[in-house]
Amino acid sequence: MDTIKLTIDNREVEVPRGTTILKAAEQMGIKIPTLCHFELDGLALENRPGGCRVCVVEVAGRRNLAPACITECMPDMVVKTNSFRALNARRTVLELMLSDHPNDCLQCPKSGKCELQTLAADMGIREIPFKGRQSQYAKEFSPSIVRDANKCIMCRRCESVCHEYQSVGAIGAIERGFPAVVSTAFGKNLTDTNCVLCGQCVAVCPTGALAEVDNTGKILRDIANPDVKTCVQVAPAVRVALGEEFGMPAGSIVTGKIAAALKAIGFDYVFDTDWSADLTIMEEGTEVIGRLKAYLAGDKDVKIPIMTSCCPAWVNFYEKFYPELRDYPSTAKSPQGMFGATVKTYFADKIGVPRKNLICVSVMPCVAKKYECEREELGVNGDPDVNYSITTRELARLIKICNIDFNNLPDAEFDSPLGVSTGAAVIFGATGGVMEAALRTAVEVLTGETLPRIDFEEVRGLDGVREATIPVPGVADLKIAVVYGLKNARTIMEQIKAGNCPYHFVEVMACPGGCIDGAGQPYHHGDASIIRARHAAIYEADRRMPLRKSHENPEVQAIYKEFYGKPCSEKSHHLLHTLYFDKKIKFDLEK
Amino acid sequence: MAVKMHILVCGGTGCSASQSHEIVDELNKELVAHDLTDFAKVVVTGCFGFCEKGPIVKIIPDNTFYTRVRPSDAKEIIEEHIIKGRKVQRLLYVAPDTNQSVSDSKHMEFYKKQLRIALRNCGFIDPENIEEAIARDGYAALGKCLTEMTPEQVVAEIKKSGLRGRGGAGFPTGLKWEIAAKSRPGEQKYVVCNADEGDPGAFMDRSLLEGDPHSILEAMAICGYCIGADKGLIYIRAEYPLAIHRLQVAIKQAREYGLLGEDILGSGFNFDIELRYGAGAFVCGEETALIHSMEGKRGEPTFKPPFPAQSGYLGKPTNVNNVETYANIPVIINKGADWFASIGTEKSKGTKVFALAGKINNVGLIEVPMGITLREIIYEIGGGIKGGKKFKAVQTGGPSGGCLTEKHLDTPIDYDSLVAAGSMMGSGGMIVMDEDDCMVAIAKFYLGFTVDESCGKCTPCRVGNRRLLEILTKITDGKGTMEDLEALKNLSAVIKDTALCGLGQTSPNPVLSTISNFWDEYVEHVVDKKCRAGQCKALKKYYIDPAKCKGCTACARACPVSAISGTVKNPHVINQLDCIKCGTCVEKCKFGAISIQ
Amino acid sequence: MNKIKNLADLRKMKEGMQGKMSMRENSDSAEAIIQIKVGMATSGIASGAKETMSYLITELDKRQIKALVMQVGDMGYSYAEPTVEVTIPGKDPVVFGEVKIPRAKEIIEKYIMNGELIEGILPANYRSI
Repeated sequence: MDTIKLTIDNREVEVPRGTTILKAAEQMGIKIPTLCHFELDGLALENRPGGCRVCVVEVAGRRNLAPACITECMPDMVVKTNSFRALNARRTVLELMLSDHPNDCLQCPKSGKCELQTLAADMGIREIPFKGRQSQYAKEFSPSIVRDANKCIMCRRCESVCHEYQSVGAIGAIERGFPAVVSTAFGKNLTDTNCVLCGQCVAVCPTGALAEVDNTGKILRDIANPDVKTCVQVAPAVRVALGEEFGMPAGSIVTGKIAAALKAIGFDYVFDTDWSADLTIMEEGTEVIGRLKAYLAGDKDVKIPIMTSCCPAWVNFYEKFYPELRDYPSTAKSPQGMFGATVKTYFADKIGVPRKNLICVSVMPCVAKKYECEREELGVNGDPDVNYSITTRELARLIKICNIDFNNLPDAEFDSPLGVSTGAAVIFGATGGVMEAALRTAVEVLTGETLPRIDFEEVRGLDGVREATIPVPGVADLKIAVVYGLKNARTIMEQIKAGNCPYHFVEVMACPGGCIDGAGQPYHHGDASIIRARHAAIYEADRRMPLRKSHENPEVQAIYKEFYGKPCSEKSHHLLHTLYFDKKIKFDLEK
Repeated sequence: MAVKMHILVCGGTGCSASQSHEIVDELNKELVAHDLTDFAKVVVTGCFGFCEKGPIVKIIPDNTFYTRVRPSDAKEIIEEHIIKGRKVQRLLYVAPDTNQSVSDSKHMEFYKKQLRIALRNCGFIDPENIEEAIARDGYAALGKCLTEMTPEQVVAEIKKSGLRGRGGAGFPTGLKWEIAAKSRPGEQKYVVCNADEGDPGAFMDRSLLEGDPHSILEAMAICGYCIGADKGLIYIRAEYPLAIHRLQVAIKQAREYGLLGEDILGSGFNFDIELRYGAGAFVCGEETALIHSMEGKRGEPTFKPPFPAQSGYLGKPTNVNNVETYANIPVIINKGADWFASIGTEKSKGTKVFALAGKINNVGLIEVPMGITLREIIYEIGGGIKGGKKFKAVQTGGPSGGCLTEKHLDTPIDYDSLVAAGSMMGSGGMIVMDEDDCMVAIAKFYLGFTVDESCGKCTPCRVGNRRLLEILTKITDGKGTMEDLEALKNLSAVIKDTALCGLGQTSPNPVLSTISNFWDEYVEHVVDKKCRAGQCKALKKYYIDPAKCKGCTACARACPVSAISGTVKNPHVINQLDCIKCGTCVEKCKFGAISIQ
Repeated sequence: MNKIKNLADLRKMKEGMQGKMSMRENSDSAEAIIQIKVGMATSGIASGAKETMSYLITELDKRQIKALVMQVGDMGYSYAEPTVEVTIPGKDPVVFGEVKIPRAKEIIEKYIMNGELIEGILPANYRSI
């Protein structure tokens, strides 16, 4: 490899050509502070505008200071990361940033998690010498995301994620000079834009400019209300991430502690979204099999590829960008939706509580799920199937608010009947999981034979696009694709439009690596190893399960016997499947 | 009978604004009325440069230069000059030093020291007539390059000429072309003309495009030939409608004549040019921001490298030069690099066009050889300071430049000497200031411009310049402290050190150069709460001289805030706390008793 | 359409335009070339100054002599109209009287082309600016 030698802080280092000063320093254990710079190594997510200028270093012979994050190392370069000139400039730049930042850390949703706050603390900022005008933007609310542009430091991470990664482009820099800020076109509300509420902007925002809508207060009130019963469901990806909020290493599996904590908080029924993930496989799998058989039999009207529909941001995406292709995704509701519909009918009847007196809450790794709860079609007469959703981060706060010593909590079990699940359900939390779970069931159903192997390694991994051919003996060679990141999903939609999509079945997740890095998960601050650890934990959790195929879930089998009849029955169509709408945004410049 | 006389009328934006088009109409009407259409012809040209005295009308062949012509003068020009051959004396330029009328522009001080290379055709040809351009060697250089020279030879010639970028930084043009030529050979490349002129008071590029668009098209084609590009783009601000029109006409004509398009002059070389319109953001003059704007993205700069020559428009190798740079190219090819290199100083060759403005007698567009002194420009070409006031400073380089003072007047100006003096060449704005100008207010003015025009991408420029402006405002409001002056210095240094692009890196220059040259004035504002130029309203103090005050009460009655007290026939006094410094009392006082301190 | 197909075409067009533009080119370097002023006041015109001027322009053009022909006001020689002043670079101006076409021809052929003095020179009684 072509390497070069240079000197950083009086020490020589050899790095491959093209390495930035930041990376070279990192390799030597020198941590140059950064703010705008953001990179999820190996997950195709990066933002390197070189705009914040916090990482400036002194390079001998150079007229001005160099931003370490984008300046490439040159042979024999002499770099000082801590010269007075660099330190003074860095401090001044930070002070400037703080001079236009509300000093309301105490009430800020990112307090304690804020990269600007951490940097200010590390740099020992005690006063801000610059007084002057401060930005005055109104806070903006949407079902999932709260925007507080006054806290925007123009790092543009959200913009990069929204444009480059999701190909959505709902937010970007507007105005210029001092009023420059990241916002929507014409300052519209997020819900009136192409925003799909994936929330990745929240996940990467270093400050409190973007945060999730907080529902913890509602939960405490509902639990305290003697007139209602409360039940809660927990999504698969939450169990491999929540521990981080309590100082546990990334990838700790805390399923039992979550169940215990939710009970301690006071929910009447603590269930598992994994149960309805298994139900989803039954419904979606059956739909896949049906469509595939028709397609293979030569039916020209059937829509192939069939696409997954669990990810709410992805659903928003095709409703907003490709409404003409909305017949392709499966009509199956998401596991959250199926859970809500079942709880508010079957379970409400079972415990003899009218549905309006049964509050169903979900704990999700996701902020788009908050919007999914508000979908009119996912409720009855204005009573939502899932009343509201909280994120993993909100659950952590709730546990802290309720004085629960999470780390020392003994494990508990989820309640029955909606708490039993298989390994196929838990892998829903990672990219490729839905596909693998569906294959575990569909291939067995199609061939009528027990799978010789359960692990479909070919669909696992953390590449943004993965494709495979799964031979189904006697049926067909099933061509499948697993993608995450809506930009990759867009490619497939364009292939469908152009009539050259080679796949039969496609799984789409909006967030990097799937739900494990959902926008409601604990902040990773660009540390991709955290996501890899969660990813590994998901498959570990799967391995630990006694049952690993959805159709083997006894409680799922029971509810078909007792309530739904069979997958894709009339009743399940009514309760477990949904419709998609044309929500294309038409910008009216007159308004 | 062949046309014997040409009546050249300036059709530049400045003269157009002063009704030069109506002059054209009137002249034509008079020619028709006197049946002289065969004898004399009216030609609309580009800028003559002497905008101060516009609209300009020049009669050929006797080279009579009429100034401040009004449409109503057309009749007299035709009847007296064209028919009877008598010059209209009252329209001639009067030299301020001798008080004599000067009929031939060559004899005017304004033109004497000028050397018009880039502006060679401005005010000479009809810019909307390609044949007039061709008559003046238009496209001859392109022809020479395409048929007699290899791209390498052309690049070598440009390098040898010593031409440096006229947009501001002065990067050697030949070298730039060479880099673009060697970058990713065989790929699609682009030639871009930066016509996003945005310095306050600058109109060099506009005048060039309005007066001689073909020289730019020709030079871009030559550049395309050198670097291997078949596509040119001119990024021009939409606020330049006349320049846009002239370019559109010129492009159309050049295509019709086969001088743009495919197989130009039978050489097999293809080149075409399109216009791209900017919305007038100053930062889009920065080449990476300009490229993003052309791509339809937000006009903001990105870190270099990669340079446009490596990855520019649509990620392809792109050469970006400024209008004036291109305007020099055909002349260099036609007359040779040695000729060009014989003009100017050791490291800055050729000429530079300046837009001369401010407190100077001859406001206008001038082109002077590098190495000329500021004194020659201000006192000879510029005709000295308006109203005989005292020269204080000259601001060059626009918002990125700095103020030069008396001690710099005899420095031969070129790229390097201006930088050494704490300013820069910039694109050629030159604003002269006299004793009535407050240097703190000047720094504030330029900084205000940068604050408005910052794209907001990097922290030092977005927030830092705003804070710098706030500190300056505090000082001009009379609330500044010595600590503020230290903060100005430190913050300016940090912004220079850390801003992302040229705009930000140079934005504190007006502050730093006024601090270094006029430190006393800053201290006066802060310590004495005094503005010697009387420009900072908050620091003005009106004072009634008791010896002169007759106690007429006129001032007290006129004062809108009743800040003046006193009894009849006794000297009055202004209560400084109440005074809003409106100046009404000064106007009302018949005895000249009230003055500003 | 005047499509210019090669360098020769371009040069031809330039030469073709030269005549039209020469007036402007020459006026800019007036001192370096022959200047001819034709008195064109009422009396001059009445005596045929227009025809003289026209002849001079056409004839000089034909012979490719770089000269600037311009009209001026009354030169003060009413007795000898039309009057023509010729300034050859480096020489003093010479004023000729009664310049009708034959004498104009003589001025070109003898004075301008060969420097020979001819009949009809008037005494200089003024200096022009």
